Amino acid sequence: MDKKTDVSILTWILVAFCVINIFFLVTGKLGFDAKGLGIITAVALTLAMYSFLYKDNPVFKIAENLFVGVAMGYWIIITWFNILKPDVFEQLIVPFFKDTGNAPQYIVIIPTLLGIFMLLRFSDKLSWLSRWSFAFVVGLGAGITIPNFIHAFILKQLTFDSLIAGSLPDSINNFLILLGVVSVLIYFFFSLEHKGVIGGVSRIGVWFLMIAFGASFGFTVMARMSLLIGRIQFLIRDWLGIIQ
Amino acid sequence: MYKIFLTFILSILLLPYSSTFAVEVDMLIPPSDFQAFDTPNDDGKSVTLRWPSSPSESTEAEYVVYASLRKNGPFTTEVLRINSKTMYEEGSDSNFHYVEIKPGKFFNKDSDVTGGRSSYFFRLVMMSNSENVTVNEIASATPKGNWFNWKKLNNFIILIAFSTLVLWFIEHAKKNPNLYLRKISGLDAIDDALGRATEMGKPVLYVHGLNGMGSISTIAAVNILGRIAIRVAEYDTTLKVSNIDPIVLSVSQEVVKESYLEAGRPDAYVEDNVFMAASEQFPYVAAVSGIMIREKTAANFFMGYFYAESLILAETGASTGAIQIAATDSYTQLPFFITTCDYTLIGEELYAASAYLSREPLLLGSLRAQDIAKGIIITALVVGAALATIGIGFISFIFKAS
Repeated sequence: MDKKTDVSILTWILVAFCVINIFFLVTGKLGFDAKGLGIITAVALTLAMYSFLYKDNPVFKIAENLFVGVAMGYWIIITWFNILKPDVFEQLIVPFFKDTGNAPQYIVIIPTLLGIFMLLRFSDKLSWLSRWSFAFVVGLGAGITIPNFIHAFILKQLTFDSLIAGSLPDSINNFLILLGVVSVLIYFFFSLEHKGVIGGVSRIGVWFLMIAFGASFGFTVMARMSLLIGRIQFLIRDWLGIIQ
Repeated sequence: MYKIFLTFILSILLLPYSSTFAVEVDMLIPPSDFQAFDTPNDDGKSVTLRWPSSPSESTEAEYVVYASLRKNGPFTTEVLRINSKTMYEEGSDSNFHYVEIKPGKFFNKDSDVTGGRSSYFFRLVMMSNSENVTVNEIASATPKGNWFNWKKLNNFIILIAFSTLVLWFIEHAKKNPNLYLRKISGLDAIDDALGRATEMGKPVLYVHGLNGMGSISTIAAVNILGRIAIRVAEYDTTLKVSNIDPIVLSVSQEVVKESYLEAGRPDAYVEDNVFMAASEQFPYVAAVSGIMIREKTAANFFMGYFYAESLILAETGASTGAIQIAATDSYTQLPFFITTCDYTLIGEELYAASAYLSREPLLLGSLRAQDIAKGIIITALVVGAALATIGIGFISFIFKAS
């Protein structure tokens, strides 16, 4: 469709949205208070986001930028109140200048300096200092993660059950688990060409993977449907009042 | 005679209540012993309590432990309350209770009477609806920190053995740089995608996952970004890199800058093309989707760890007709990438990708060592299952996770 048609569709939808809300406000179906205006705002933003299903448009762009800006503002406030204020300002700066009964926590200077080094990326001369912070973060992350990986993804998984269990279905189940784990591991062998026996076993591994992904896909799609139902319920119950 | 008759009549009348009397008559028998000791292999905050099971344990009876900083009490601080039929010691066949507690949580540091490391005194009480009995022994323990957690010795040995393997294979890869790596079709398609973007004159979009630099998948994604950036610089096309994490952003800027330098095109590097799209999950989706639609990116790369945003991102990219290559170890999101992207690197292929692309001995050696480790695990699984089937279970103790 051409741009003119798009503009007219958008204009009519906006007019309809305004008329419906004015009607609801005048008839008292929506209160002229924080709750009523909150519902109208939420509906406007919901419809603006869904308008992307038609195509990119100015209303979606407004909602998108609002969404990004609000999230960023929220994140800055969270960073100040959850990290900077309790861990740096109140632990180091306030006790340093004022007698609060607590000694300044000088150890906080080290992470604070590392944080400041990150900001030095804006300086051409001192930006190299930011690499110290990166090295610290990456090294710390790897150091913490690797032992946990060994624990959670290797040792926790390596429990050995008898293949012959109490009943035939349990025995088959144990065998399938062993076959699945071994064949999928063989699929992730990169040093061997997937030919012959290795190729056959890795093909079984691919089947196991795809069955698992299919199940996961179906499960998640159902969860997404419930999210969609929640939004539609909001529109037709809280806004339009069609259902109670 | 009439007394005997009266007793008989009374006995009959009270018969229905006899069981009630029986319960009241049943005395709680306290555990015969009560021990407290420093929890081994811990950080010095925990104390372990152990006591034998009482014959009068029931679902109605509870064990309550009170603690004090002085041997003579008062024992008023309750540090544990459990049903008497729970918290048995592993392998004791329900004959002993075994509980770890952190008494420091219940006492103010200022009330530390020992002037240093606190000793704690414990009194065990068995309680039922009608009766409380206290164990005579007052147990005491002083929590001490341990430098080494012996329960994780196998974890440590595996770490050392694997590190040795990696180092050995890195040396091997330096001497023999043509180590075989099987074909990963998704990676072979990277060149095609970049070539297509160059021919169309449209940008390439590289989308980072949601995790920070502490995540292994992000580290792998950054490695791949470096290789892609070199090719992009060589092809003289535009690379846009969207980030959600400020640290990943800074690392990505650094990596892309170095790649352009390595390709001999430092002038082509534009810092603003490696940007922070948003700081939260769904605003990130909205921003990146908008970029895909407006800039009509010709190739989209989704690399790293993704959550619920994966399908929205990949669907939007697919609707624009871009070639899409995804790589993630997030197994819950892999199905969405498989259905919406042209190529998907599954799980460990993400880690293998940087070795495959760069063929650096460091990465090739690590990859070969990983394969050997996988071979050991497969052998352990098959042998362990076979041994467990014939009733030999010692291999479980070698790999026991604690």
